[in-house]
Amino acid sequence: MKIHLTSVFVDDQAEALRFYTEILGFVKKHDVPLGEQDRWLTVVSPEEPGGTELLLEPARHPAARTYRDALVEDGIPLAQFAVDDVAVEYERLSALGVRFTQKPLETGPVTTAVLDDTCGNLIQIAGLPQ
Amino acid sequence: MADNLFRALADATRRTILDELAERSGQTLFEICARLSTRHGLGISRQAVSQHLAVLEAAGLVETRREGRCKFHDLNTAPLRRITERWPVPHAPNPEDSTS
Repeated sequence: MKIHLTSVFVDDQAEALRFYTEILGFVKKHDVPLGEQDRWLTVVSPEEPGGTELLLEPARHPAARTYRDALVEDGIPLAQFAVDDVAVEYERLSALGVRFTQKPLETGPVTTAVLDDTCGNLIQIAGLPQ
Repeated sequence: MADNLFRALADATRRTILDELAERSGQTLFEICARLSTRHGLGISRQAVSQHLAVLEAAGLVETRREGRCKFHDLNTAPLRRITERWPVPHAPNPEDSTS
């Protein structure tokens, strides 16, 4: 068994696709219309086109808002993405207007930071030991 | 109020939280928990950290503010002044300066 797909709830799929591709740098993998307004919309890393897909799932379920608000209030990220250098990504993304709730923090061999994906979630970026 | 202050300072974990907030003010609960576990090996639950923060907040040593949908914790060392007002520190020369 392996992780093929994981998901984040997003307020607006079109806006989420823009943020995840144009700002974070992922590429669109699948975009299938579902019903009148929803899409099966996934992105992948350009470094791993056949790797784990991230599903940008509409946060239409009434429980999703409560769940996400509670996590965001306490600063808890919903997903972690690996980057080569957290400090470099922090500078790059900040210059693009991305808001961080946690600036780069060195904790032993791992450096992390937490950003707001503008779609309702916090995302952690991590620089892992090579 | 003084009792709250001394009670807050009496706990080692709470002093560690203050140390970490002194290094960087404006932390989410998540960041405080990450610092306690990864830097200090303190395996305590988020709920327990929340309770420690409530004690520090009651003593005025930690203040919270909302920014957007997030809640941030800031350090406020002003209440510590009450300690030196109650037991003034004499203006003795620094021991390192008085070795002559």
